[in-house]
Amino acid sequence: MSSTIRGFASFARPRVPSENVVEVDNVSFAYDARPVLSGISLVIPRARVIAIMGGSGCGKTTLLRLIGGALRPTSGEVRVFGEAVSDMSQDELYVLRRRMGMLFQFGALFTDMSTFDNVAFQMREHTTLPEPLIRDLVMMKLHAVGLRGAAHLMPSELSGGMARRVALARAIALDPSLMMYDEPFAGLDPISLSVIGQLIRRLNDALGATSIVVTHDVMESLKIVDYIYFISDGRIIARGTPDEIRASSMPFVHQFVHGEMDGPVAFHYPARDYRDDLLAGAVQ
Amino acid sequence: MIVKLGAVVSDVGARVVNRVWRLGFASRFFWTMLGHSGTALRRFPLTLREIYFAGVLSLIIILVSGLFVGMVLGLQGYDTLARYGSAEALGVLVALSLVRELGPVVAALLFASRAGSAITAEIGLMKATEQLDAMEMMAVDPVARVVAPRFWGGVLSMPLLAALFSAMGIFGGYLVGVVLIGVDAGSFWSQMQSAVDFREDVVNGVIKSVVFGVAVTWIAVFEGYDAPPTAEGVSGATTRTVVTASLAVLALDFVLTALMFRGT
Repeated sequence: MSSTIRGFASFARPRVPSENVVEVDNVSFAYDARPVLSGISLVIPRARVIAIMGGSGCGKTTLLRLIGGALRPTSGEVRVFGEAVSDMSQDELYVLRRRMGMLFQFGALFTDMSTFDNVAFQMREHTTLPEPLIRDLVMMKLHAVGLRGAAHLMPSELSGGMARRVALARAIALDPSLMMYDEPFAGLDPISLSVIGQLIRRLNDALGATSIVVTHDVMESLKIVDYIYFISDGRIIARGTPDEIRASSMPFVHQFVHGEMDGPVAFHYPARDYRDDLLAGAVQ
Repeated sequence: MIVKLGAVVSDVGARVVNRVWRLGFASRFFWTMLGHSGTALRRFPLTLREIYFAGVLSLIIILVSGLFVGMVLGLQGYDTLARYGSAEALGVLVALSLVRELGPVVAALLFASRAGSAITAEIGLMKATEQLDAMEMMAVDPVARVVAPRFWGGVLSMPLLAALFSAMGIFGGYLVGVVLIGVDAGSFWSQMQSAVDFREDVVNGVIKSVVFGVAVTWIAVFEGYDAPPTAEGVSGATTRTVVTASLAVLALDFVLTALMFRGT
């Protein structure tokens, strides 16, 4: 545990208290017999934006689900706001989740409700605020993502980037202390991409929240995050500030950051010898 | 050869175990759903909305089918009854067949394919597009917020639809029997009135349709909730809803009829 905290000392700004919002302690997880994460330890300090990067299917989203309590680790412990998530009952989890916000990969907006009702959803479910006040709050959230004018639209009438922003407004509806983003940049055009990136950073600082961004988009996330963990094959193989990552000479990180075709992550899926394979066809 | 046989046996075994396991899961799901029904009943507008989607929007198909089934009953019934010189009993025949049998059963079959498939597809797609996960992450229980209102909406709609089906069918029988063929209207209605018993026929029909409503909607919400989150998974689940629910309605109908109408 202490070693991972020391890992942060190199970039910790002195005025920020070193309190950790999330602590993942030697966590392993397997779907049935297939191991996804093996022995992951990391900490997410308050008020930071942290990226968790890695190739598709490396267990990034699984890690997010473990932090949110949707999955329980096979071994190890996940603590959020100092409480162990794995031991919580359903009710305790629900109490915890009211302090969390999550942006899903494709927004996951409720398709049977308007933009307005999507953002108002949590306020109506969890609070007894009068409707005029809810309206003001929803408008403020939508204004923060620049979509106040789209309040009356249905999710099917929104573009991909707009849907993602509405989902962001919905996620921050109850001013969460911990924000989680699952592939927030996937499938967006360059403008929407940079808008979402800026919003993640700005909302984090404005709300005084802590953010975890799970992504494989290197360029955009290096611009906005404070610290990066690289995951490959279920392990953390590299960590550092954006500058450290850019300068890294580690083969995997280098391949990933520069998007090289071949390297530690091979271009070819394991197969038998190319020549043998072709000859096998010729014989028939 | 023996290896092949072994593989077949273990395959059959795996299928059976899988079915039994699913049945157990469906039963547990049923009790969980009932346990989480507080929200659906306390915030009744949620359920009311589902009654609109499952019930009101099924009205056209139910009413039109009821009318035609009644008209056919009128034609066929008259043809048979006239051979024995008792064409005036047409009203009794039409009303009893509809109230006891055809109303609840045909309405439930139509309901399974019209509303049941829609419920499965909607819940399945909500799951596939992570809407249920999102709800869960917002500390809102999807079983209480999404599943239970749909279940109660279906259960409450079913008897009403069956009643409307029967009423429309009787009207259809009247149209054909009295207006078209010329059976005496007085005996058509009065014989019907004296032969149809409220407790024995009408209430039993309502009990049937409530049971069908529970079965069809339960199957529909379970299949949707249990669907693999892919396009293929949702389409498979929708098909299974219609097939399983229709078979369940027919099987339950036999059991209920055997229990209800033994001596008469």
